[in-house]
Amino acid sequence: MESVGSIILYFIVALSMIVFSVMAVTTRKILRAATYLLFTLFAAAVVYFMLDYEFLGAVQIAVYAGGIVVLFVFAILLTSKPGDNTERLTSKSRFLGAFAAVVTLLIAGYALVSRVSVALATKPVMETPDMQSVGEALLGSGHGGYLLPFEAVSVLLLACIIGGVVVARKR
Amino acid sequence: MEITAIYYIVPALVMFCCGVYGFITRKNMIAMLISLELMLNAVDINFVVFNRYLYPEQMEGMFFTLFAIAIAAAETALAIAIIINIFRAAKNIDVRSLNEMKF
Repeated sequence: MESVGSIILYFIVALSMIVFSVMAVTTRKILRAATYLLFTLFAAAVVYFMLDYEFLGAVQIAVYAGGIVVLFVFAILLTSKPGDNTERLTSKSRFLGAFAAVVTLLIAGYALVSRVSVALATKPVMETPDMQSVGEALLGSGHGGYLLPFEAVSVLLLACIIGGVVVARKR
Repeated sequence: MEITAIYYIVPALVMFCCGVYGFITRKNMIAMLISLELMLNAVDINFVVFNRYLYPEQMEGMFFTLFAIAIAAAETALAIAIIINIFRAAKNIDVRSLNEMKF
């Protein structure tokens, strides 16, 4: 049984997640779409905090909300004038998109209903993973260690930095 | 009222479907990238929810999400570099008008 406060918080988060993600793909101003994406990412960070993964929530806010959205805003301001609308959608492309989204919703919803025992699992007790266990798992090479993917991601980020500089540079 | 796993999965599912809709209907490349981020984020939430509700003694889902966030950041940075390069060459980033590989 959850406390009343956490139920209220849950409804605020779930509603804002749904509403802002719908608005992010339907608004005609691109800068507003980026802002709604920011709100959706904040809602996801709150979900991580509610599920006791505090480190993950902090990473979500720092990297996604702080890094990626700022990158989006800079790119939008570089490539379009603020205030101009995108063209109205043709009914054909709108129908195609809505069809694909509804089909995805139905298939995934059917999969969810057919595994209803998993979907209705109650929240087990868990200790919040502290920084020591997170760090030991991230840099451990034994069982449950993530040293190899950690190093692979660091090489990937280096390659991404070099690639970004090379691609966006003026010739 | 008990908040079970499905209470988190359904908003994530709606978010994913919004991403699918946006990716198909949008013509601006940055708007398509925003839809892609929505889809990635919905999948991240699913990883975390299944980790928390089904295997709370392990941290696999949490680390998968952590690496997915890092890779999403790399992917976005590179994609925006490519988009800015295209904008410099073609003066717009509408996918319908980009039908040549070489300008």
